[in-house]
Amino acid sequence: MGGDNSSNTPEDGNGRLAEIMRGSAEVDVEGSLLSGLPHSREIGMRLHMAHQGIGLLSVPYDARLIGDPETGVMHGGVITSLLDTACGIAVMAVPETLVATATLDLRIDYMRPARKALRVWARAECYRLTRAIAFARAVAYHEDPDDPIASAAGAFVLTRPDGEATL
Amino acid sequence: MTPTPLERETARDRALARLIEAVPYNRFLGVVADRLGDELTTRMPFADALVGNPILPALHGGAIGAFLEMTALMQLAWDRALIEMEAGADRAQAIEEGRFPPMPKTIDITIDYLRSGRPRESFARANVQKEGRRVVHIHVEAWQEERARPIAMLRGNFLMRD
Repeated sequence: MGGDNSSNTPEDGNGRLAEIMRGSAEVDVEGSLLSGLPHSREIGMRLHMAHQGIGLLSVPYDARLIGDPETGVMHGGVITSLLDTACGIAVMAVPETLVATATLDLRIDYMRPARKALRVWARAECYRLTRAIAFARAVAYHEDPDDPIASAAGAFVLTRPDGEATL
Repeated sequence: MTPTPLERETARDRALARLIEAVPYNRFLGVVADRLGDELTTRMPFADALVGNPILPALHGGAIGAFLEMTALMQLAWDRALIEMEAGADRAQAIEEGRFPPMPKTIDITIDYLRSGRPRESFARANVQKEGRRVVHIHVEAWQEERARPIAMLRGNFLMRD
């Protein structure tokens, strides 16, 4: 179901992602903790923090990810990937026990283009959790979350450990 | 000298290939496009780098979203390129030399994920719903083995630049 992006997180390459999300392990800020998510790893995405329904991730500037050859600006699709993953991580980082999450829908507003050669950060927040669905929002930015490149809001389907199918 | 129909089609195929290859992120995701008249069908062959969940396995929601957005941008850029090619003379020559009109800018998009993306090739097609003077509203659908069972849909507004 849906755009699976952060499901079954215990399979992280370092085996620590799930623990970090539950707040029982420290995040290695410099470490790439998304190695269990091949696409995220491929675009160099990093997880910096996941705690209490908040996720902080980033993606480096990379010539392979350019969307506009004239300006050298990163493709919007990379920002989409970053915001989608950040929201999924924020949902998994709520103190409740969840097995998996999949994106149901995601809306993204692009406020201004990303600047060339700069890392893009995303801060996501899971602001509401129901039995079946979580709601999350996120902003992408360079230095200041109040000066965003893009913002996102989405709904996420939950799978709980009792295996109950939610949709 | 007026080009023959075959020459015209060949020129269009060349222009489309250049348009897609000009964007590094298209190459990174391995996206290509087939042309039927003015309608494009984009294709994203399966690759390990597109996986979001290795256990299922399933395509990354972000990769699917990027593919949809890319399809919208390519269709809009291609529509513009076709107008230039039809205009002939200097404008057609510019396209021939790989100088395309400025890329449209994404204003906002909404992506609905309907089914899990399996580890196989994905396809997408865009339909322009309304073409304003500056803003275009577009719908995109992505599917895998069955056109009638889309895996994801995008609705979006894009700013056309002069």
